[in-house]
Amino acid sequence: MKARFAILVASAALALAALAAVAPRAIAADTPDPVADAKTFRDYFTNKFPKLKLEDFVNGPYSMNEDMHKQWLEKEEFPPYEFALDAGKEMFEKPFKNGKTYADCFPEGGIGIRQNYPYFDEKEGKVVTLELALNRCREANGEAPYSYVKDEMASLTAYMASTSRGKAMNIKIPNDPRALEAYQDGKRYFYTRRGQLNFSCAGCHVQSPGERLRAEILAPALGILNAMPIYRSEWSGMGTISRRFVTCNSQTRAVPLAPQSDEYRDLEYYLSYLSNGLPISGPGARP
Amino acid sequence: MRALRLIFGFLVAASVPAFAAGSEADFKAAYASAEAAEKEAGNLRNQWLTTETALADAKKAAAAGNFDQAVASAKEAEALAKASIFQATSEKERWKDMEIR
Repeated sequence: MKARFAILVASAALALAALAAVAPRAIAADTPDPVADAKTFRDYFTNKFPKLKLEDFVNGPYSMNEDMHKQWLEKEEFPPYEFALDAGKEMFEKPFKNGKTYADCFPEGGIGIRQNYPYFDEKEGKVVTLELALNRCREANGEAPYSYVKDEMASLTAYMASTSRGKAMNIKIPNDPRALEAYQDGKRYFYTRRGQLNFSCAGCHVQSPGERLRAEILAPALGILNAMPIYRSEWSGMGTISRRFVTCNSQTRAVPLAPQSDEYRDLEYYLSYLSNGLPISGPGARP
Repeated sequence: MRALRLIFGFLVAASVPAFAAGSEADFKAAYASAEAAEKEAGNLRNQWLTTETALADAKKAAAAGNFDQAVASAKEAEALAKASIFQATSEKERWKDMEIR
């Protein structure tokens, strides 16, 4: 009887010791650590594509093999997004009915600031994207908001991105638990499987970059937003980050969320943070 | 008399499918269940396009009086909605398995 009791106590002690050894790791996995995440994320991609220069990840599928890279260089000679750039510049400079312009809504007059978006607004307690800030600027000046997915919004963001070309993505996470929560929510969204096809964002852009999905070559998640907005041959037109998220969701047969919903804003925050240090290359072109 | 019997027979035969389909009530019950499941998937922010399509198909078939098809589509929608609920629920923790470490 005593021997049985001793075995029981010893087993319980062993089980507790095992739990104690595992618990800190489990807690660590649940505690957001953006700096460590960014390093792990970057290491993963640079190890997966050791020949690729870090700054080339922003070219998405065009960085994935030599043929695609050649195609991209040729495309850049007469870039299909050029008309959007011209239109965006004109729109950006044209005064609203009240005489003010977009420049009045943004730091540095809106020039060369793309790399700082999205940011966490501590007053609002939420992530603010460039698209959202542009529409808020319009509404504050008595203008109707634009559609978030294409046309005017794509042109405006294309122009603003062009004034930041080459500047390193510079997303900050302030010392505010809500900012960390937004980051973590974005991360959760990125890795969560959804839609009837049971895909997560990571399923394509972490596990399978460089692979084909039907006719498309999948882009790596690292630097994936640095080229936005993009002219996409598949769309026969320009599209914003919102459009990219909405169509990704549809392709997995999930009902897309509303553009600029909290989930998409947090996702943009997470992905942009992980691409800190990589150059803005937008507007871009994609197959 | 024989002709009357024949006419009566035809009328009964013609009305059987309508009664057998059962069916507006069956459709309404099946549609309500499917809609409730889809609403729950919506609360989890995880609706599927295919569920929406099946719900629309059910409504369309019911409007055309094809209640057999309407019930079948509504049941399909409910099954899809329940699968999306299962997905959303299981992914609450499982997403961590996908994370780069």
